[in-house]
Amino acid sequence: MGALKSTPAPTEHYDLSEKTGFSLRQIRVLHKRFKQLSEGDDVLRREDFLGISSLKYNPIRKEIIEAFFNRRNFSPSCEGRANEIDFEEFLVVMSHFKPPCSKMTDEQRKSIRREKLKFIFNMHDSDGDGLITLEDYRHVVEELLSRSGALGKETSRAIADAAMFEVARTVGHRDPDEFYEGITFEHFLKVRSQSALCFKKEEKWLIRCLMCGKGSRHMFLK
Amino acid sequence: MFSRMAPRGRSGLGRSLAELGLLLLAILVLLDGTVLSLEAATSSEIDTHEGKPGTHKNTSKKSFPVLGIKYDDVSVPFEISLWVLLASLMKLGFHLIPRLSNVVPESCLLISVGLLVGGILKLARDEVPPVLSDRIFFLCLLPPIILDAGYFLPIRPFVENIGTILMFAVVGTLWNAFFVGGLIYAVCQIAQDKYSEIDLSNIGILPCLLFGSIISAVDPVAVLAVFEEIHINELLHILVFGESLLNDAVTVVLYHLFEEFMESGSVSAVDALLGLVSFLIVALGGVLVGAFYGILAAFTSRFTSHTRVIEPLFVFLYSYMAYLSAEVFHLSGIMSLIACGAVMRPYVEANISHKSHTTIKYFLKMWSSVSETLIFIFLGVATVEGEHHWNWVFLTSTVVLCLVARVIGVVGLTFIINKFRIVKLTTKDQFIIAYGGLRGAIAFSLGFILHSEHKRIFLTAIITVIFFTVFVQGMTIKPLVELLAVKKKHEAKRSINEEIHTRFLDHLLTGIEDICGHYGHHHWKNKLNRFNKKYVKKILIAGDRSKEPQLIAFYHKLEMKNAIQMVESGGGSKLNSTFPSTVSMQNIQPKIHSPPSARPSERALPQLTKGREEEIRQILRTNLQKTRQRLQSYNRHTLVVDPDEEGFDDLILKKRRMMELDWKLKQMTNYLTVPRPQGSPTMSRARMASDSQAYVKPGAENVPTIKIDLASPQSPDSVRLLDEVVQDQGLTMSLPSSSSRAYKTSGKDDGRDQQKLLRCLSDPGPDVDDDEDYDDDEPVPT
Repeated sequence: MGALKSTPAPTEHYDLSEKTGFSLRQIRVLHKRFKQLSEGDDVLRREDFLGISSLKYNPIRKEIIEAFFNRRNFSPSCEGRANEIDFEEFLVVMSHFKPPCSKMTDEQRKSIRREKLKFIFNMHDSDGDGLITLEDYRHVVEELLSRSGALGKETSRAIADAAMFEVARTVGHRDPDEFYEGITFEHFLKVRSQSALCFKKEEKWLIRCLMCGKGSRHMFLK
Repeated sequence: MFSRMAPRGRSGLGRSLAELGLLLLAILVLLDGTVLSLEAATSSEIDTHEGKPGTHKNTSKKSFPVLGIKYDDVSVPFEISLWVLLASLMKLGFHLIPRLSNVVPESCLLISVGLLVGGILKLARDEVPPVLSDRIFFLCLLPPIILDAGYFLPIRPFVENIGTILMFAVVGTLWNAFFVGGLIYAVCQIAQDKYSEIDLSNIGILPCLLFGSIISAVDPVAVLAVFEEIHINELLHILVFGESLLNDAVTVVLYHLFEEFMESGSVSAVDALLGLVSFLIVALGGVLVGAFYGILAAFTSRFTSHTRVIEPLFVFLYSYMAYLSAEVFHLSGIMSLIACGAVMRPYVEANISHKSHTTIKYFLKMWSSVSETLIFIFLGVATVEGEHHWNWVFLTSTVVLCLVARVIGVVGLTFIINKFRIVKLTTKDQFIIAYGGLRGAIAFSLGFILHSEHKRIFLTAIITVIFFTVFVQGMTIKPLVELLAVKKKHEAKRSINEEIHTRFLDHLLTGIEDICGHYGHHHWKNKLNRFNKKYVKKILIAGDRSKEPQLIAFYHKLEMKNAIQMVESGGGSKLNSTFPSTVSMQNIQPKIHSPPSARPSERALPQLTKGREEEIRQILRTNLQKTRQRLQSYNRHTLVVDPDEEGFDDLILKKRRMMELDWKLKQMTNYLTVPRPQGSPTMSRARMASDSQAYVKPGAENVPTIKIDLASPQSPDSVRLLDEVVQDQGLTMSLPSSSSRAYKTSGKDDGRDQQKLLRCLSDPGPDVDDDEDYDDDEPVPT
């Protein structure tokens, strides 16, 4: 059940390993998972994700799924959404959750951190215009609270407003009458970098299975 | 507290007060001495009395005794109270001398006092009453400290680092015990001190190992006492402290194991295996017993809504029962107590009233503080009492070996642990962990109850090590921390954004784990949370308070605090300024939104000057920082004065003043808005009215009524979001549209009927009906 086939890795895997920084073993494991999710296909679609049972309870599952299909996560220049992704794109998205390797220069760390924050930013920004508007933020908060049942929209709205206001306050040296469109990525970076919590979470932001690269029996439990 | 509040200029006064205090102390001690000798005298009187009962009646009739001394009926309680009084006066005295308390940790001072008192008593009576009997220590003095620690244990860092903590506690203690025991045996065999009266080579390997196991355990009392004052970062604190709590199981097992072996005389492999099994049973059994009592307590608290007064009693009793039950079966009482406190806390806090919560908090802190003081004083007294067998070789080698063992143990373990940790432990961290391994009174008590021929020398050595660690290490750790520039506690303001971000990340990581198909740490945490929410909370928490998520609870608390700050700072003159618009919520909204007519119930958005906003922001910042500070520190002796509680009296006065001025305060345009409160513990904790009443105000027509609940007693840890359970609520502001006129300032805002209310920055409007409610209120807890 858990044994990985010991066939030699196809050449694409080597290329992917170069590109994304995963080890061959990790790529093999993820490939298996990819195949399992897509039921043998070469591409993953949204419905395939919806089949994961434990994802059902996640309040932000839509955002997570969307993140896989968001072209902006594949490379900085793409735009728009895909309807299906292939293994390479799957890996690229997953690579955001790789643990940092220990020997990295500060700059590399910084750029990796920036990428991760961009990923989160894209998740917040559901309409893809590069700004987190109040509506976007409200939507996020509503989703977060959606699992708690019996909540008026008012409260989540209130919370989102407060949060938005706070960001506006911290970031702005603006003209009082200026209209605040939304949080840009730069603002987002600034706000996140001010929070100490950020660093702690950054360091924890990895998935252990990707760390050791081993396939476990659990990989095949849906 | 005094040291913080007294300005430098008062040091002269402080000194004279300190002298007064010392004088008082001396008087008290002498009194104690004379009282005790009086006791001896009266008891002898009674003997003679009883000797001739019959004859006494036949002698001449004495006149009716107007004044007599009958001490022995009250002797025991009297002495106990005297000791506790002494301890408390000492604490008072220390804090009057700020310079002293900055340099020397409290534990050192207390031991010194104990030495002093013991010395005086010895001089006065030529013998010292043995006060630190192990029964008193283990049954009365230790539980409050441990319960205080366990109840307020920060669960999140503890669980996140549980692997590391367990490694240090179990493997580290074992290593220490065997290393010290073995090498001391070797030293004993080798060293032959012709001048000492003790023949060291008589000490067998087993007594040495027993000694090693006693002395190797890091002591929670000492660690707490010293670490409180140095404010290191949370990680190190929880590592050392967690280790000191969890190594109790190891100590208990080793102690009993070696004692058994000593009796039976021989050790076999089976015994070693049984020892291992016994360890597992002791540890897990202790935790299970504690958890069981914790759940019982949580369940009981579900039904206490009609008898609020005895709620704290349940908490204390169940915890104490957990401790005692574990002790009955030779399980680890400390672990059971910790488990009980940690398990029951989230549910109990959701169920009990605000006042009970405050009561529990203050009682625990008070008892643990007194206990700790008494322990250290008794340690000093017990040092003076009893004969000591000085053997320099033994003593010095013990101290040295303890240090060496600790350092090697920590370094070695960290090397292994760092392979599994994400946040690695640096060298500095390792140094602090090694240096912070203080021994304390638990070791002493365990040594006290030894039945060994070498008891005296062991006791002397134990006392030496304790003194060394507490004095030398305790005093130098603070400068060393500064020297090494160890990361201090990070005073981060916790904002609503961070909260949202944290939750978001949690869910994100769980989701990714699910997609990977890997059941990682987030997955299990999520499952536990869901199980908790679905089943456990329904059973253990009364009513329908089980549904509020943490985010909302956090948000409500934040708003409460803001509101109260606003009231505190906002009454009076500052608000007379006019408010041209600056940033308003409306600006953040897209301009096409919300045509004026579409939202009739829209509330007025305050228009603030930049300066005023900055003021408010500053207040918020300092307040939240203060709260955060309190949140992360275990500061048991000096409960940081709750800024909200402190301001209460002023608050009431200000509110009253505001009521008088209210009609003049038409410029106050700041409002708090949150949906209607409906009787949740979060809100009820903030209520000034008595607990069973809802704080309902009839809506005043012309004034925006705010149902602000002023009593915000943010207990340090309730803000910390263990699952508060509250329904959807908050404060409500109903602003009839007519009064929007009243709040228009001169200038620009006239057209804006669709202004939305500012959430975070707020000022409750003047409240008409407060007077009547105040009369009904019970006094606000301060």
